Amino acid sequence: MERDRLRSVLESLLFAAEAPLTVHRLSEVFEGIERKEIGSALEELQAEYKTAGRGFRLVEVAGGYQLRTPKENADWVKSLFRARPARMSRATLETLAIIAYKQPMTRAEIEAIRGVDVDGVLSTLLERRLVRIVARKDVPGRPFLYGTTGEFLEMFNLKDLSNLPTLKEMEEITLPQSPDSGSLPEADDKE
Amino acid sequence: MDLLLHLIKKNEVSITDIPIATITEQYLATIELMQSLNLDVAGEFLVMAATLIHIKSRMLLPPGEEEDEEEEGGDPREELARRLLEYQRFKEAAEELEKRDVLKRDVFVRPAEVPEEVEPGGFEGVSLFDLISALRHVLERFPKERIHEVTLERITVREKMNFLLDDLHRRGKIIFQSLFETAASRLEVVVTFLAMLELVKIRAIRILQEEKEGPIAIELAAPLEDIQEKIAKEGIEGDSSGA
Repeated sequence: MERDRLRSVLESLLFAAEAPLTVHRLSEVFEGIERKEIGSALEELQAEYKTAGRGFRLVEVAGGYQLRTPKENADWVKSLFRARPARMSRATLETLAIIAYKQPMTRAEIEAIRGVDVDGVLSTLLERRLVRIVARKDVPGRPFLYGTTGEFLEMFNLKDLSNLPTLKEMEEITLPQSPDSGSLPEADDKE
Repeated sequence: MDLLLHLIKKNEVSITDIPIATITEQYLATIELMQSLNLDVAGEFLVMAATLIHIKSRMLLPPGEEEDEEEEGGDPREELARRLLEYQRFKEAAEELEKRDVLKRDVFVRPAEVPEEVEPGGFEGVSLFDLISALRHVLERFPKERIHEVTLERITVREKMNFLLDDLHRRGKIIFQSLFETAASRLEVVVTFLAMLELVKIRAIRILQEEKEGPIAIELAAPLEDIQEKIAKEGIEGDSSGA
């Protein structure tokens, strides 16, 4: 297949796909075309969209390739939809972060870190399919082990789990001691 | 954990050197206040309170005289500090995640299903602890009334809600503390606070905090008429939406 033609078809596939397309899947579609060639065609498209300042970009996410709108256009796209996207509470986000970094882990292990019951947030995460049960732990009671999903990677624009921002070391950010450490910072009354 | 870390930040002290007496006192005061507001104080809060009191008592013992062999050696706060540091690490990781290009917030894909409408009620980035500790400062102005002279001016939460709405309508965005400027008693402060929570719950108002630990501001989340209609229609009691 000619190079231009390959790129055109590739663009169509990306446009029509409902989820990120893996190179593996693409090589099934383009029977007989080498993966390397598909890969470089993808790279060309990626570069082309970017330099031309197009309204969509080709992003590597959740192990595949997907067309996504660039961040700088977010407000415009948002105004197209009346409903606002689901907001995630801090508790949910924290729990998700713990699972993402330490998976697979049991509910009790998550709770040990957060210090509170995570029943509610965990079911929210399962419901939104950001987290799933991956196995059972081989300890008495055989509790479920939880891990993140492909949807999680998609949601946070992550190529794979190794792409997660690195966890800060356990070093402490010591705040400067305020001169009057007895009183609280915002205790000034308005009168 | 969250409340404890919150108090430590607020006091600008170091996790590895927690002034245990001060923090314990503030922790207990916050729980007490939450209970008096009928907010759900989960068992974990009590466990943490017990842990703090335990540490506090151990620190009162002269060093070296403790027989406890397993916990012997070193600062009784060490274990807690370790847990706090770990928790803080994930809290920061969560913030990092939030900064990424989040799907349906920063970036969109085709076929763009209309983003779900569910918006789990929340404090728009202002935590309940921020609110409670702000409330605590307001209440500090009012001495605890040990002897009650019962001349209750009856203000209901419902009346306060309407009052707040009018106020916000007139003044636009206002600072949390100024909600309580006219309050005459602790009771009125608490009623005002509950009215505010009620309004958040029905999404009539928005609570904003431009920067962490910064001033908390409040504004209407919808046109006044819409909100009044909503209140009239739903009848605020018994509404159980949100978290």
